[in-house]
Amino acid sequence: MLAVNFLLLAAALFSIGVYGVIARRNAVMVLMSIELILNAVNLNLIAFALMTGAVDGQVFALYVIAIAAAEVGVGLAMVLMIYRNRRSIALDELSEMKG
Amino acid sequence: MNALILAADDINVAQNVGFGIIAAVMIFAALSVVSSKNVVHAALWLVVVLGGVAAQYILAAAEFVAVSQVLVYIGAVMVLFLFGIMLTRAQIGKEAGLNNRGWAVGIPVAVLLFGLLAWVVIDEFRDDVLPDRGPTPTVLLSDQFLSIYIVPFFALAFVLLAAAIGAIVLARKD
Repeated sequence: MLAVNFLLLAAALFSIGVYGVIARRNAVMVLMSIELILNAVNLNLIAFALMTGAVDGQVFALYVIAIAAAEVGVGLAMVLMIYRNRRSIALDELSEMKG
Repeated sequence: MNALILAADDINVAQNVGFGIIAAVMIFAALSVVSSKNVVHAALWLVVVLGGVAAQYILAAAEFVAVSQVLVYIGAVMVLFLFGIMLTRAQIGKEAGLNNRGWAVGIPVAVLLFGLLAWVVIDEFRDDVLPDRGPTPTVLLSDQFLSIYIVPFFALAFVLLAAAIGAIVLARKD
């Protein structure tokens, strides 16, 4: 198998995730797009671990999985709090911090 | 040139075909995640992407990471997402206004980013072949975790604890 296959697949997933983060208005959908981005990075780490024969890449991938789980937990708790306070999770309506 | 490389002896054809099929399904599902008009459907397409990633890990001889991916992402994170969708009372069915007004800006950004990444990747790794390795013994992973990566491992445990407490504090009603 060619390394380029894996890396191009990861690049495509990453770009699709970036599009989702830019285009989506619903906060839950933005979190889903962030998951796409994190998975693209993990694919790269696993491909490089296979290429070099060291397991460090797999160790890093496991760290990323754990951090992603923590991130989704905190992110969704924040989304719930915003929904409770404002009855909406549209990101373009959250403009209190705008100067 | 690609055909020549495919014909070389050290390329496992079955592995390549499997990779291609799974990759095509993953790209289609990822596009559906970011373009679906229905939040629940987007979450279910995300399950397809995450399962495809786990399958690619198995093709790349990383079984332990694949199993962790299934447990953590498909098992836990997706349930969190579905609860999040439920508790924020998304409409069941099609929903207008899921996209920003300036959503079209995302297309050139994503295309440019993909072009740049693809150019760099192809330029650097054009002829690198992934070796055919057997399964990674899990004992190797645990040796790494409990020796040179022990400090980040404890930091990770602390982060998970802090995230759990933070999520409870944020989501609590009072």
